[in-house]
Amino acid sequence: MFGNEKFKMIVGRLLQAIPSIIGIIIVTFVLTRALPGDPAVYFAGPAADEKSIQEIRVSLGLDKSWLEQFWIYASDLVTGNLGVSVSTGQPVVEELIRRLPASLELTFLALIFSLAVALPLGIAAATRPNSWIDQLCRIVVTAGVSLPVFFTGLIMVYLFYYIWGVAPPPLGRLEIIYLSPPPVTNFYTIDALLDGDLETFGAAFAQLALPAITLGIFTLAPLARMTRAAMLQVLSSDFIRTARASGLKRSTVLYTYAFRNAFLPILTTLGMVFSFMLGSNVLVEKVFAWPGIGSFAIEALIVSDYAAVQGFVLAMAILYVLLNLTIDIVYTLVDPRVGLDG
Amino acid sequence: MRRRDFLKNMGVAAGASTLPFLKFLPASAASRDGTLVVVTGNGPNSMDIQRKGTNRPSYQIAVNLYDRLVGYSTKTLDNGSLMYDYTSLEPEAAESWDIAPDGKSITFKMRKDATFWDGAPITAHDVKWSFDRAVSLGGFPTVQMKAGSLEKPEQFEAVDDETFVIKLLRPSKLTLPDLGVPVPIIFNSILAKKHATEDDPWATEFLHRTPAGSGAFMLERWDSGQQTVYKRFDDWKNGKLPGVERVIIREVPSASTRRALLERGDADVSLDLPPKDFAELKASDKYTISGVPIENSMTAIGLNLNFEPFANKMVRQAVAYSVPYDQIFKQAAFERGIPMWGGKSFSPETIEWPQPFPYDTDYDKAKALLKEAGYADGFEVPLSFNLGLAQWSEPMSLLLQESLAKVGIKATIDKIPGANWRTAALVEKKLPLHIKNFGGWLNYPDYYSFWVYVKGRLFNSMNYDNPEVNEITDITLNMEVDNPEYEPNIKKLISIFFEDVPLIPVYQPYLDVAMQKDVTGYKYYAHRQLDCRLFTKVTS
Repeated sequence: MFGNEKFKMIVGRLLQAIPSIIGIIIVTFVLTRALPGDPAVYFAGPAADEKSIQEIRVSLGLDKSWLEQFWIYASDLVTGNLGVSVSTGQPVVEELIRRLPASLELTFLALIFSLAVALPLGIAAATRPNSWIDQLCRIVVTAGVSLPVFFTGLIMVYLFYYIWGVAPPPLGRLEIIYLSPPPVTNFYTIDALLDGDLETFGAAFAQLALPAITLGIFTLAPLARMTRAAMLQVLSSDFIRTARASGLKRSTVLYTYAFRNAFLPILTTLGMVFSFMLGSNVLVEKVFAWPGIGSFAIEALIVSDYAAVQGFVLAMAILYVLLNLTIDIVYTLVDPRVGLDG
Repeated sequence: MRRRDFLKNMGVAAGASTLPFLKFLPASAASRDGTLVVVTGNGPNSMDIQRKGTNRPSYQIAVNLYDRLVGYSTKTLDNGSLMYDYTSLEPEAAESWDIAPDGKSITFKMRKDATFWDGAPITAHDVKWSFDRAVSLGGFPTVQMKAGSLEKPEQFEAVDDETFVIKLLRPSKLTLPDLGVPVPIIFNSILAKKHATEDDPWATEFLHRTPAGSGAFMLERWDSGQQTVYKRFDDWKNGKLPGVERVIIREVPSASTRRALLERGDADVSLDLPPKDFAELKASDKYTISGVPIENSMTAIGLNLNFEPFANKMVRQAVAYSVPYDQIFKQAAFERGIPMWGGKSFSPETIEWPQPFPYDTDYDKAKALLKEAGYADGFEVPLSFNLGLAQWSEPMSLLLQESLAKVGIKATIDKIPGANWRTAALVEKKLPLHIKNFGGWLNYPDYYSFWVYVKGRLFNSMNYDNPEVNEITDITLNMEVDNPEYEPNIKKLISIFFEDVPLIPVYQPYLDVAMQKDVTGYKYYAHRQLDCRLFTKVTS
């Protein structure tokens, strides 16, 4: 599908990302150190004296100058070593490998859920403006935006788990009696399927359902709104009138001509929503005891756990670069007029 | 699979990934007979309590997976809750001990049949290596050992496999009780030494991930940030075999979720709930709530003497008369504690600690005192609290702010993030008016004074300096309680605290734990971690 030219462009884009990632590394390094609070004091524990605080400072390497610290950090980074998170006691790389997939799995499923609801809803609302379905779309959108994730999450737990007992206990990625599937991707649902273990797949999926719907409800709003607006605009344009006048089937007009043209702004929103979701996971993670990346980052930030914060920001930066690239590529597939170098 | 191999594979990565033999935990776990499910807010970040940066939840590993020479016996409180008794020790890895007639050493006899998980006998040499480690690593373990006058390796001697001797630097009532806290655990030194390197002579990297102990439970899984699973060590000889075979400790950050899990029956024990939830759960009468007053601990208001008005004793007393004690106790603490106000007299009748201070809410008295001190028009002062404890300290601060305004003191609320609290409050000691909740691990008023009231001590965030307090604390700290001089000295000390009030206690908080009715055996310790060895589940 990709011509040689396109491949070159992708490589070019990736190369362009390198300076920004280096910039991010430097800025994060400086910013973490500009945070108030002294990690040596914190990690020495409450009863520590001056001497033991100094010992901790030396063992964390914080007695060295910033330049020296940066040199050590940068040379570790080249070998793929992101250091050890003092607050969780684990190497940052391990934490990321374990937690990023947990967050991504949740985010992807939430996105699928909200697309599955938002697209049909938005299209239906656009084709019948001011009908009951348009009003419904309006209500869902307003509710989705105005309900805080934390609140929706707690309501979900209260109704589906506490009152009705249909959802499994909100205990993270798997219920107590299950063990995690052999790791390949660290997406539990996928790993369970690869292992041919349908029971664990079901259990992992059941655990995902409530948090994904909670997140999905929140992201549904911008997607449904954008779908409706973009469709309305496209549906009122000349080429649709022409298509209709030519007697094309309603579904052909709607999906082949209108939707494809409306998809670009939706895709842009999708990219924004996705990156936003990874960040706003924190609250959902707390309610559902989800061992994701958001709560890890917040905890690390609170206790000035430098290595963890730096690792998190770096991982996010790389993720964003890849995400933007993916969206740009999808653009070119949807609309051949868009070039990659634009 | 041999046990040794099993243990070797027990690290974090392994825990999360390669447990090869089951997809599900055995049926017994599924039906939950003999399995205790605990939900808590935070989990351990290391398997080694002596490591630098080890967090408080990690102490439970030391309690359940390791043995000490001695443990504390159990006493039952009036409300039926169990509590450790620091005045009465019982054998753990040591079978017996004798204090030398000259009081200069203690000799421990090791149990003959007790072994580590890998079958190696627990010898005096293991104890020697472990104690040397605790006093050599620096940081928290070294400080805690020092509290019991255990300071350097030369003090410890393994005479033979079964005899271990501690040479005392000075006689102290704190030495023996200090051996029962979580820190002086006994490592399997043969196993640990195999993993020691030149740079890491105490095998900290190995023991951080892999426990090597002899405790009543072994580690079955540790998925950092998610769960810790213990499995009973069936050959445990250092105490009564635990009543549950497996303990699953799940980390659930949201308190509401932790409560829901208990109420739905998916968790047997729920920890760290806000006082409000405990009050409600208790009222429902469907669960056992064990509420034990946290020993040697007070929720209190600290007044910094470096802040000019507070240097005046009358101003401090005025503040003590304008605290809305009853409101704070009801609306911030939900009555999960013991009131520490309304004492009868400025001269204490007992040496009980903490005990109610002789203050009550009395705005007229406060105004009169302020006038006398020359602050009739009041003054402005920032009121700081630790954001990490906002659940109860925020309502407490707001109530205090409101009521200080009634006597003309204008307090502005200053929220301090958890990571900065220690530096601002304890190290720089720069907060004029602040909420405190220090608790001492060893339950003596002189121990509390040592940390909180003596000049320059870490928890003396009030910059309080009274030569008499410093002196009495120094005399009484290592003195036996039955010494005839102890009681008068302590009474004097407490009366100074009453009179000077650099610290205004409001209540002694409870440590609450909510359990299903069929779970028994929760025992409170000063370290506040679960001792899973005593739990039983009655299947009805």
